Amino acid sequence: MLDAGDNTKKMTLIVTKGTLDWAYPPFILGTTAAAMDVEVTMFFTFYGLQLLKKDLDLKVSTLGNPAMQMPMGGMHMSMPNIMPMIPGVDRMTTTMMKNLIKKKGVASIEDLREAAVDLEIKMIACQMTLDLFEIDKSELIDEIEIGGAASWMEEAASSDINLYL
Amino acid sequence: MADQVLDAKGLNCPLPILKTKKALKGMTSGQVLEVMATDPGSIADMTAFCNQTGNELMSQSNEGDVYTFEIKVS
Repeated sequence: MLDAGDNTKKMTLIVTKGTLDWAYPPFILGTTAAAMDVEVTMFFTFYGLQLLKKDLDLKVSTLGNPAMQMPMGGMHMSMPNIMPMIPGVDRMTTTMMKNLIKKKGVASIEDLREAAVDLEIKMIACQMTLDLFEIDKSELIDEIEIGGAASWMEEAASSDINLYL
Repeated sequence: MADQVLDAKGLNCPLPILKTKKALKGMTSGQVLEVMATDPGSIADMTAFCNQTGNELMSQSNEGDVYTFEIKVS
């Protein structure tokens, strides 16, 4: 981080979701804030912890997401909730999304996470979630800290912006 | 005129900002970075970035779909 002068703004993000689509808001906001000299802490808990895995295998599901409309041949295709129950549909939707991401020049989550490391964002993995889902620390990238709610709270108490995503 | 040129064409939010930040990091005070982007959102974002970081947005222009920004390092 840059000089931690008195005017340095701070932000914390609580990252709770682990799907390909919902991985974007925290990493976009986090890296952009850090690029704008904001000191950023990201606390990864529950499904958000998936975003710290060394090997990312993120998927997108249409289930419970009636707002999802995929552009297709100049039109938009809605994704009824019955769709993800059909085997292979979530995989297909994920592939479609990844192709769109590439085509539109949108960063991959891997790229944004690498930027987060470069920008010295403090990333905290939730110890309780590691225990709960039996995830070994060795499955996660090295550039993180392990902590609990109190670790987030300490940062949040002195931050200007705190977001739950 | 620019000391360094950054081609961020074809990249979408937030990549032009992240790459701008990375380029500025390797430059010294008073130097000028020229950024070219095609993301229409970069017009508002580059201004906000400069306001927040204290670097000076000397000029912005566009030719067709390409937006060009000149940023002076603070």
